[in-house]
Amino acid sequence: MANKPIITVKNLVKNYGDFEAVKGISFEVYEGEIFGLLGPNGAGKTTTLEIIETLREKTSGEVTVDGFDIETDADSIKKRIGVQLQAAGYYPNLNLSELIDLFSGLYGITKTPAEMLGKVALNDKAKAKFKELSGGQKQRFSIATTLINNPRIIFLDEPTTGLDPQARRNLWDLIREIRDAGTTVVITTHYMDEAEVLCDRVAFVDGGHIIGIDTPDRFIDQLVATGFERAKQTKGANLEDVFINLTGKEWRES
Amino acid sequence: MNQKYNNTRATLAIARASFRSILRSPSAVVFSLAFPLIFIVVFANIGGGGMSVDVGVAKGADTLNPVYKALAQNKIIHLIKNQTADEMRKNLAKGSIDAIIDMKPFVAMKPIGMSVQYSHASGDKGSVLKSVLNNIFYRIQSEQFKKIQQFSGIPIPNAVDLKETVVTGREYKYIDFILPGQLGFSLLSSGVFGTAFVFLSLRLTLVIKRFFATPVKRYSIVLGEALARIVFSLLGALFIIMVGHFVFGFTLIHGVVTVLNMLVLCTIGLIIFMGFGFTISGIAKNESSVPPISNIITMPQFLLSGTFFSVTAFPVWLQHLSNVLPLTHLNNAMRKVAFEGAGLGDVTHQLFILLLWGIGIYAVAVKTFKWE
Repeated sequence: MANKPIITVKNLVKNYGDFEAVKGISFEVYEGEIFGLLGPNGAGKTTTLEIIETLREKTSGEVTVDGFDIETDADSIKKRIGVQLQAAGYYPNLNLSELIDLFSGLYGITKTPAEMLGKVALNDKAKAKFKELSGGQKQRFSIATTLINNPRIIFLDEPTTGLDPQARRNLWDLIREIRDAGTTVVITTHYMDEAEVLCDRVAFVDGGHIIGIDTPDRFIDQLVATGFERAKQTKGANLEDVFINLTGKEWRES
Repeated sequence: MNQKYNNTRATLAIARASFRSILRSPSAVVFSLAFPLIFIVVFANIGGGGMSVDVGVAKGADTLNPVYKALAQNKIIHLIKNQTADEMRKNLAKGSIDAIIDMKPFVAMKPIGMSVQYSHASGDKGSVLKSVLNNIFYRIQSEQFKKIQQFSGIPIPNAVDLKETVVTGREYKYIDFILPGQLGFSLLSSGVFGTAFVFLSLRLTLVIKRFFATPVKRYSIVLGEALARIVFSLLGALFIIMVGHFVFGFTLIHGVVTVLNMLVLCTIGLIIFMGFGFTISGIAKNESSVPPISNIITMPQFLLSGTFFSVTAFPVWLQHLSNVLPLTHLNNAMRKVAFEGAGLGDVTHQLFILLLWGIGIYAVAVKTFKWE
């Protein structure tokens, strides 16, 4: 990979009144990678993400997305990105097909609901309402809405929170497929095992600062090199492996 | 990717989504169609709005004399014969019977012996009966005078030379009054409740935030929602007018033109009422605070704007209040258009006051409306 930056964030600051949520962070996201933004709650992940997504005003700093400045070219950026919000709802009383039609209209792009739902394996739910879906289906549908405008980048804010192991794995596969099709993915998560297997690179955010940015592998190697040892030796498998092994990879629809 | 972004297309996409959503929301359909129709059916069947004076006829009263016959023919007087003397006396005291009459057997050439009991409990209705009776007496008396005249050379001069004429006019049915009022109220509740609920819930469930991550413009969201609500309400109004016209004989003087004029008025009214809805969606913290605030806006207008009874029935001080409310003017304009055949140019006074309300409420709405 040529490591061509598609998102550049320089000295980004965001204040809410006296409270500094983001205190001058800088990082780059490379084209075609899955980039993880990791950190505890209140670290400033979502704020940073929403500023890049043009949903929130920055206080100072520079952000460019696919060559466009968020300050002057928000509209061009909106056409090039797909956004999945944490806990966002969808227009009430509409089924999935109708929601896809709505978003096609909002993006000004002609896509058939069948095509979009097909990408996330929800064709059989075309006539279902969003609230009738299971957790995993809801997240997959949200991802379908982010793909309507053939975005260069999609942003996923905690897409796997609350999902069972099978649904989580299923979503990882979907996210990898999207990356492999050439779309850059920016994701936040609280699950480090997820970041480890899914992300090409991760940045740790804490207290409004970036405190480290690298590939998961190198982070782990560096820590091990310092002589770090787990209190309990890891075995060749963990309990989640047991869970998957016992209950099967087959994804359950509730 | 390079195709020009089309705001109209986005607006229409929202309008279509919103319209579908409204059609599937039971409360919208109930408030906009079912309630007005129920009120219309109930009030249309109470009928005529005419008054009726219930008069008990005492047991054994003579029913062959001309006074009784005249009373029986009078449309206002409702004669009751199937109650016992005791029941009648009790009902008279309660006011559920307005008077009791008793008539002695008719003897030719003798005055008709007659007694009437009135009740304080039944208000003005006693006086109505009194004047009906006087009228009958006068006619009978006049006939007797005429007979006497045949034998006398001295003409008896008339004290009053009364000439009565009846102008032929359209019958103003109660449906002509109640239907525009119900239409106005349907628009008021759809505009206020519907708009407030939709925008509040779209904001709270982050639907609007998700929209903002697309290239859609803010005005497209407002316009799309407004368009859907207007189309839905106009279809509802059309349905109510058609049911009113074909089932209850609601007067539409110039037919289709009148209907179109009414729909224009509906649109104007709805746009103003949606202004209240936008304001409420901004003020309300959550969905449970929408109904109380909305009721503060809708209830006074429901009661005071001539929805069920004419504003002129209120005491003068209350009429002043009524004449400030936007629904009063919408109702007045609607009645003028429907019944008197006025065009929109003839209701400029009402339209002007609605315009003032529109400017006022949207000035407030712009200040209070919240996107996030």
